[in-house]
Amino acid sequence: MKKTLFDKVWDAHVVDSIENGPQVLYIDKHLIHEVTSPQAFNELEKRRIPIFRPNQIVATADHNTPTENQHLPIKDENSRKQLEQLSNNCKKNNITLYELGHEYNGIVHVMAPELGITQPGMTIVCGDSHTSTHGAFGTIAFGIGTSQVAQVFASQCLLLKKPKSLRVSVNGKLKKGVLPKDVILYIIAKLGTNAGTGYFCEYAGDVFENMSMEGRMTVCNMSIEMGARGGMIAPDQTTFDYVKGKTFAPIGNDFDKKVNYWKTLPTDQGATFDKEYFFDAEDIEPMVTYGTNPGMGIKVSENIPELNDASFEKSLEYMDFKKGESLVNKPINFVFIGSCTNSRIEDFRVAANYIKGKQKADNVTAWLVPGSKQVEAQIIKEGLKTIFDAAGFKLRQPGCSACLAMNDDKIPQGEYCVSTSNRNFEGRQGQGARTILASPLVAAATAVEGKIIDITKQLN
Amino acid sequence: MEKFTTLQSKAIPLAIENIDTDQIIPARFLKATDRNGFGDNVFRDWRFNEDNSKNEDFTLNNPKYSGSILVAGDNFGCGSSREHAAWALSDYGFKVIVSSFFADIFKGNALNNGLLPVQVSPEFLKVLLAEITEKPEIKLEVNLEHQTISVVDTSFKDAFEIDPYKKTCLINGYDDIDYLLSKKTEIEAFEAKNLTK
Repeated sequence: MKKTLFDKVWDAHVVDSIENGPQVLYIDKHLIHEVTSPQAFNELEKRRIPIFRPNQIVATADHNTPTENQHLPIKDENSRKQLEQLSNNCKKNNITLYELGHEYNGIVHVMAPELGITQPGMTIVCGDSHTSTHGAFGTIAFGIGTSQVAQVFASQCLLLKKPKSLRVSVNGKLKKGVLPKDVILYIIAKLGTNAGTGYFCEYAGDVFENMSMEGRMTVCNMSIEMGARGGMIAPDQTTFDYVKGKTFAPIGNDFDKKVNYWKTLPTDQGATFDKEYFFDAEDIEPMVTYGTNPGMGIKVSENIPELNDASFEKSLEYMDFKKGESLVNKPINFVFIGSCTNSRIEDFRVAANYIKGKQKADNVTAWLVPGSKQVEAQIIKEGLKTIFDAAGFKLRQPGCSACLAMNDDKIPQGEYCVSTSNRNFEGRQGQGARTILASPLVAAATAVEGKIIDITKQLN
Repeated sequence: MEKFTTLQSKAIPLAIENIDTDQIIPARFLKATDRNGFGDNVFRDWRFNEDNSKNEDFTLNNPKYSGSILVAGDNFGCGSSREHAAWALSDYGFKVIVSSFFADIFKGNALNNGLLPVQVSPEFLKVLLAEITEKPEIKLEVNLEHQTISVVDTSFKDAFEIDPYKKTCLINGYDDIDYLLSKKTEIEAFEAKNLTK
């Protein structure tokens, strides 16, 4: 029988099946962070169940951490306690933790791939919906709730029903200025926020084949924004080259053996999917969102659609936008470049390349937040920080930051923020804040101009 | 986990689509390290104004409506995987959420906490929302055994799907940890066979 990439990885991890019910799926790597793990540790302790495989768990502190003065004690008492609890839980249970300040610390979906913890063919879970990011390596990676975190702690397994399969193919040549973020925002705008619910999505076609690992991660990261539990891209030479030499990647013969296995994973010719979509790369342009879910996106050159629907109107009211208007020339006071979607070195290269020789607009507060300590170090090493400094930008320290505004990095009430993050929900970046999702290039251009511009026109 | 068999209750309408878990419980309330008390902040930014006064327009603040069933628009629970959303709804007193579509992770989280997601047809939802908005005194009955939801003393009824395994868990109050621990031998055998490769 012809199998998909997803089938191959899933089937290799099934421990047992319940008749007419879910399957017991083995989990290779369990990533945890401070926000969704404490109640799971408590649950096991209460029931006197030991952690089954502590050495398959890796912890980091990211959601709740400050992005300035990380060497000082954390001011917010609840945040500090939550991080202390993570440290205590990890210590007690012999779990590796890259805490604040550690050279490997960072956003869980940035640090695990760059350390080689994420490898093709694996099953990876984390109490965070953007775990889909790791699918860029051809892994089955998805977000779970805290009850499931406890289940993996107890058994290294989960009870799951195999999801249906979906494939999104994009072929052709991307236009100048169109980045991976635009590709995924375009797909979500076309398909809507629940087209993928109940499915695992494979991204195929030459657009993804020609993409860097960083770009593939950006795409897979936002699979959940169209409802898909996860997204995957077939591992290829780009994947193997990226993994090779990473801190926790296999070495020598072991690596070669793994590569031979990884090469068997891509979807068989003739395998079928429950749903398929095809898009033309030429039709994609730099994107922005105008509403309060990631499916409400348009090409920056387009106008907001005119729909008569209560939820749509509620959304525009929150954003203070009108039907049929263009976002070009909208003054913007806040720009955020960061989050597990766009905080990798490539994203800062794109931003620096645009910003070089220009100045940040006076009205703009811009937060540049690297995804990890390693990205931060690389930014400095490549001289990008010098470019940012000269242009009036400030590089902050790693963490989830203004993507979800759990720490002090909040966008004020009523303000617009052009953000490279993944969610434009009401209040996501701070109470009453209005988020416009975009690529790092559009974000950088907004910071320089102090308003949204049609970047395509400028590039041509 | 608390058992669930049948429930009769009035219902609260919330006719908004794509309600994400950030609305159900905003991130700034996720700093707690236990499961209790999240109900105080459920739908925080819709229930309260900026100055912490009650938003009288919001359905949960409308004295007309009460009950432990929330009837909400399509694609309920999308976004973040935070189980705090299910905890907050339960803690507030909801036992059942009715919608025409649920996001995957939320649905799983709800089921793992004895909060029953009841997925009905879009047509049924439309009529149900109109009915309970107009006549807040009507009662709904949710019967898990028969997988039905109905307006009490009427023929207005819909059937809903639920995974048979999850149904057994809810009726008996079991959770997945119990089951997974009973599979330890199989799990260890799987590891011995696969992880040494």
